[in-house]
Amino acid sequence: MARAVPLPRKALTTALAWTIGVLMFFPILWIGILAFRTEVDAIRPPLQVLAAPWTTESFAAVQQRSNYLRHFTNSVVIALGSTAIALLVAIPAAWSMAFVPSRRTKNVLLWMLSTKMLPPVGVLIPIYLIFRDAGLLDTRTGLVIVLTLINLPIVVWMLYTYFREIPAEILEAARMDGATLRSELLFVLLPMAVPGIASTVLLNVILAWNEAFWTLNLSAARAAPLTAFIASYSSPEGLFYAKLSAASIMAIAPILLIGWVSQRQLVRGLTFGAVK
Amino acid sequence: MGRIHLHGVSKSFGPVTVIPPLDLAIEDGEFVVFVGPSGCGKSTLLRLIAGLEDVTEGRIEIDGRDATRIPPARRGLAMVFQSYALYPHMSVRRNIAFPLRMAGLPRAEQDRRVEAAARVLNLTDYLDRRPGQLSGGQRQRVAIGRAIVREPAAFLFDEPLSNLDAALRVGMRLEIAELHNRLGTTMIYVTHDQVEAMTMADKIVVLNAGRIEQVGSPLDLYRRPRNLFVAGFIGSPRMNLLGGEEARRHGAATIGIRPEHVRITPEGGPWRGTIGVSEHLGSDTFLHVRCDGIPEPVTVRAGGEVGLHHGDTVFLTPDPAGLHRFDDNGQRIE
Repeated sequence: MARAVPLPRKALTTALAWTIGVLMFFPILWIGILAFRTEVDAIRPPLQVLAAPWTTESFAAVQQRSNYLRHFTNSVVIALGSTAIALLVAIPAAWSMAFVPSRRTKNVLLWMLSTKMLPPVGVLIPIYLIFRDAGLLDTRTGLVIVLTLINLPIVVWMLYTYFREIPAEILEAARMDGATLRSELLFVLLPMAVPGIASTVLLNVILAWNEAFWTLNLSAARAAPLTAFIASYSSPEGLFYAKLSAASIMAIAPILLIGWVSQRQLVRGLTFGAVK
Repeated sequence: MGRIHLHGVSKSFGPVTVIPPLDLAIEDGEFVVFVGPSGCGKSTLLRLIAGLEDVTEGRIEIDGRDATRIPPARRGLAMVFQSYALYPHMSVRRNIAFPLRMAGLPRAEQDRRVEAAARVLNLTDYLDRRPGQLSGGQRQRVAIGRAIVREPAAFLFDEPLSNLDAALRVGMRLEIAELHNRLGTTMIYVTHDQVEAMTMADKIVVLNAGRIEQVGSPLDLYRRPRNLFVAGFIGSPRMNLLGGEEARRHGAATIGIRPEHVRITPEGGPWRGTIGVSEHLGSDTFLHVRCDGIPEPVTVRAGGEVGLHHGDTVFLTPDPAGLHRFDDNGQRIE
């Protein structure tokens, strides 16, 4: 039974929650507003910005100046490609760590995660040089490779926690029933792990979509994804707030939409295993 | 065929030896029960036979063929797990058909065998349900169905009834025993419940700390326990085990006598005592008697209706034929 909460307290917590929610969402909201202002209106004081008339001229300008579709395609290829490859590597890895753990499994997991704590800029120069020599600079292939590697620890870790929830006896039963390792993974483990895999894919696509450091440093014109598209509206020609905002909205809209539609799955995925 | 022979099989997890080398012969068609307290290694032994654990040393032969390094899928054995281990995302039909599908049987043959198994196990009406929609007893039957469709050389049961409630357990026990009679296939059954062991087994293997304490038919073990552990483990309520002066009088370190071998003799007898707790089961009454000069309470089985109560003084006479004697090492003295 739900606890009875007195009305004033309910009102207070509701107001607090809305305040925090709005504060967190405010930057996005502001970008959304700026995107629909003229360049001149966008740099006025906040209240005048709010009062200024709505216009879509920034979007038109952005679309005219750069090829949104090419950046968008690059983003899709890089995000989906790196996620797919990461899954191919991570599923067997997580399987072995979850179901045939050795004494060092925990250490391996922590070590993998620790690579995420390394500042990326620390390895930028060696990776840049390797990419240059391998001819991978400004190629989608190169970006897929680097994003796969960057996100692999998180993918392995997430899948590992999902797999751990699956009773080992069921996989043993499959083995007794004559399943080869491949059938065991394909017909038993993966169907049971579908919710976990789905949220892993979702999170990884979002991470890859938004990744800016490597995509900006390793791409120029041909392979540049939407992050580079946004960045192209910042410094070099001065700050154009309205166009920058319009570009940002165009870049984050697809992923925002995916996140919105799948938020239940996403939240379940991120808290999965917290309570049995 | 389902002959399973273990030769010097041992298992260690790192530095910890859970099963010191042991030999065991299981003949075709036998119903063998591994019984022992929890942690005695009985499940590990079963998993070694199944191939789910690698043996550290020794050899496992199935039907005369060295199976030590053969993966579980190719040993021709079927296993029923304690948790049933059904595939939750598949219907009952697909669960039962899974081993056949893995064996690459034609679809029609799969269907035929699944239908046949479902009829035997009363599952026909449930074939299109998911395991989550079944009761515990039905899930257990699906797990058994999945095992029988393969027509394995032997069935392995790992405490299959311990998740069921008491009434269902007795029913399933009979069903499994009946299945064994009908199929005549070797069955190895692990349990910690000595009643299950006594009622189902052709041959009981009593395990303690990874060692085999005794192998024999249920009545063998009951009548002639080889050592104190078996004497205390088999039989319910357990055998009275008495030490001290009373045992020395019989030339033993410990004597054992089952509750049904102690008679209440109103006129007098060698042991005089006071009744403590009495348990009335209807058909039997178990009296726990504190006897003079014997530190341990003595359990006595009396008839269904005895007019004796807490605090009454009684005389007990042990039946000399039912007396077991054990030496300092707990081994039986003949």
